[in-house]
Amino acid sequence: MNPRILAVTTGRILRQLRHDRRTVALLLVVPTLLLTLVYYMYADQPAPPGGVSTFDRIALVMLGFFPFVIMFLVTSIAMLRERTNGTLERLLTTPLARADLLFGYGIAFGLAGAVQATVAAALAYWVFDLDTAGGSQLVIMIAALNAVLAVALGLFCSAFARTEFQAVQFMPVVVAPQLLLCGLFVPRDEMAGWLQAVSDVLPLSYAVEALQEVGAHADPTGTMWRDLAVVVGATVLALALAAATLRRRSG
Amino acid sequence: MEDAIVLRDLVVDRGRWRVLHGISCAVPRGVVAGLLGPSGSGKTTLMRAVVGVQVVHGGTVTVLGRPAGATDLRRRVGYLTQAPSVYADLTVRENARYFAALHGRSRADADRAVADVGLGAAAGQLVGTLSGGQRSRASLACALVGEPELIVLDEPTVGQDPVLRADLWSRFHELAASGVTLLVSSHVMDEAARCDRLLLIREGRLIADDTPDAVRAAAGVADLDEAFLRLIRASEAGAGVPAGTGGETA
Repeated sequence: MNPRILAVTTGRILRQLRHDRRTVALLLVVPTLLLTLVYYMYADQPAPPGGVSTFDRIALVMLGFFPFVIMFLVTSIAMLRERTNGTLERLLTTPLARADLLFGYGIAFGLAGAVQATVAAALAYWVFDLDTAGGSQLVIMIAALNAVLAVALGLFCSAFARTEFQAVQFMPVVVAPQLLLCGLFVPRDEMAGWLQAVSDVLPLSYAVEALQEVGAHADPTGTMWRDLAVVVGATVLALALAAATLRRRSG
Repeated sequence: MEDAIVLRDLVVDRGRWRVLHGISCAVPRGVVAGLLGPSGSGKTTLMRAVVGVQVVHGGTVTVLGRPAGATDLRRRVGYLTQAPSVYADLTVRENARYFAALHGRSRADADRAVADVGLGAAAGQLVGTLSGGQRSRASLACALVGEPELIVLDEPTVGQDPVLRADLWSRFHELAASGVTLLVSSHVMDEAARCDRLLLIREGRLIADDTPDAVRAAAGVADLDEAFLRLIRASEAGAGVPAGTGGETA
């Protein structure tokens, strides 16, 4: 890996994003619209006695989920384009190392995810009075890590798609089970044993638990740090698998 | 000085098909070598093998004295793919500057490469909004910007008007005069006449490897088009490679 090449590659990916103003607008506006929707859905629902309000419970998880699902999609398509337009083959004939490209995507879209989470969190905290025991900066940090995890998964999954139609289909395959089993709908310890086992190997479960720890505790807990370590570990694993799919020579 | 490209018994299979059947040839440094042949004859596969992105099944490919695809060659070889491989959502200038930066070249180098392919006026335009010919020149600028010692160009002049083609060819010869080696594929015969050396392949076999004059002399006609037809017929008739072509440079 070469710091200069990594920096210009990250800059190039962000520049591509910047030229696509509509995508940038959608990235920033859609989460705020959905949060607004959820806020009014639960506006008249009484909070469970002694518990967190339903909006707070859902909004906290949504702040981490948006960057995860959006950056997964954006990365899958961006990487698929690199593969089908021949730019990937060309890049691999230049001094660029595979890690430069993978980390370039991780940094660029990780930043985009962090900005997205910041805008959504600002709305949730300031306008909708989201209440978390821990700080909002922890929520945004976890959301940014989620974005990087999603980038890594997207880089890997793009190797198995030949067309953009196929790439989009990986979204429900990779994202939906993680959302269903992450503990938002049914607490993880109330699920059947085999579902818990599946949930235990899905990285989003740990990101959601980390967010819930921030929601319930004023200071970062050991559980939160352990969860984040798992998320980072899953990211590294996905990046290593993605690197294995970037072959300089093909048939 | 050693040759820029040396192929020995190069064999490439794609699936169950043999695409290149044991090609041997050498391209000296500082020349424009034309790779000619009908579509589907294996030109692109041969170029990919030279650049080091093709899995090969037999023989050796030596480029600038090193095995093709060696890490240090990635700074010394430039490659233009047949389909323009540039980012449609970046401007011409941004594309050139990115590929320049990958090769450690400056922004000024990038701007010069853009001007050299005649896109100076369109430098600020998104590649996605360019015409096909302009887009392939943007791609060409990105192949030239690293100032490589060997430049492999897969059909660089397709879709360009005659004036631009003439400009590009004189640029190629300037580069060759400065010691750069160019391997250029084409299926246009008037371009073959502009090359210092010609490699003619058909169905994955090399049927001529010589200067344009020698190819004409071997076939006994002044017209290269006609010369190629005769060589192809001779090879089909099982006569092998006619005397005077091939062999001596390998």
